[in-house]
Amino acid sequence: MANEEVKLYGMTLSPFVLRVEWALKLKHIEYEYVNEDLKNKSPQLLHYNPVHKQVPVLVHNGKPICESTLILEYIDDVWKTSCPLLPSDPHEKAVARFWAKFAEEKCLHSSFDVISNAGEELQKAVEELQQNLKTLEGYLQGKKFFGGDIIGLVDIVAGWIPCWLPMIEELVGVTIVDEEHLPLIKAWMHDILELDVVKKTMPPLDKTAAHMKAIRENVLAAKST
Amino acid sequence: MAEEVKLIGLSMSMFVIRVKIALNLKGVKYENLEETFGSKSEVLLKSNPIYKKIPVLIHNGKTICESMIIVQYVDDVWSGAGPSIVPSDPFDAAMARFWSYYIDDKWFPAYGEVMKGQTREAKIEAAKEAIAKLQPLEEVFQKQSKGKDFFGGDTIGYLDIALGCYLGWIKAAEKLTGLEFFDKSETPLLAAWAECFYSNDAVKCIMPDVDEFVEFAIKIQAKLNA
Repeated sequence: MANEEVKLYGMTLSPFVLRVEWALKLKHIEYEYVNEDLKNKSPQLLHYNPVHKQVPVLVHNGKPICESTLILEYIDDVWKTSCPLLPSDPHEKAVARFWAKFAEEKCLHSSFDVISNAGEELQKAVEELQQNLKTLEGYLQGKKFFGGDIIGLVDIVAGWIPCWLPMIEELVGVTIVDEEHLPLIKAWMHDILELDVVKKTMPPLDKTAAHMKAIRENVLAAKST
Repeated sequence: MAEEVKLIGLSMSMFVIRVKIALNLKGVKYENLEETFGSKSEVLLKSNPIYKKIPVLIHNGKTICESMIIVQYVDDVWSGAGPSIVPSDPFDAAMARFWSYYIDDKWFPAYGEVMKGQTREAKIEAAKEAIAKLQPLEEVFQKQSKGKDFFGGDTIGYLDIALGCYLGWIKAAEKLTGLEFFDKSETPLLAAWAECFYSNDAVKCIMPDVDEFVEFAIKIQAKLNA
């Protein structure tokens, strides 16, 4: 579409920002990326997201849209013709939204628990994450991606799994996804990492690992005082 | 095609109220399957095995869970009937969804503290916090309503349902604390909206009496304290 101004306020290490980049690139939408230093947020970010003051924020022709999953739906609403992220069938659409919510509320949040714990608590957090991933795996049955033959909303929302989970496993020294217990998730992770859009936008692994390590150390230190 | 629509829920649940309003707006006839508070039926456990929660909509044998997902589903399926619930403009739709998240993630936990408060004083302190968190919605209403009665404009829309479902519970909190959640001088637009919404045909036929909410609140508190 001509005369579209699309800006994405983001941060290179954020899985929430990465989601939006995937959607923009899949739909071949041209955009300007504005990198934020979250310790020194720009006046523009604070103006566009006064409620949460967070990235990502998509600014489309001067109008800001916040919250990554909402941005994904917005992008799908506006740029309808290429690469639909949601199915057109109302029931399938509702099911996709349900699993996107589950992936976010259960799987992502369990991963935070894994990063923030050690010892017995870590083991409990790992088991909970594995259970949640097993539940999510049910939605993959008989499909290459959650979206079917091509990736959709749920793949994008769960996209942190192939990109971040291996780093989490290394950080805490525990295997979370293995072929024996989560075969479909394991295969899906591999297939996601093979996609061009993912390869082109992979976050810098060393910086991301260092960032995650620092978060873990701070949280564990705070717990022990 | 003969439609079979069933709704598993509890009449006091704000999340179930959301779905009932959406179905009423669209003129959809449904069978109400009322759960018993404190226990979960086989039908519920079978149709929502992941969360085991209400509401669950069963439409021609297919299940849909999560209240605002169900509301959007109802809007999609019965798009030709009644008013549009989700705004047609993508930006307005994103705004409605954003503030719906805010209501559930930021406002509702603050409201929850009112119900958990062990003393009247504790409830009052918590209510002040919850009232403060409603403040941003006054400006949102001004922008979204474009001078009309609802966030959705002339008719009840997505954000009206997301917030309005809580009105019975809000009135219960007002009775328990003596405070007004929608002060006519502080948030005049929201105060007017609340009256409009509460008296709307799609809402009043399914909204229980305030005293029933108060009684239920006492029951929940007793359960929390046990």
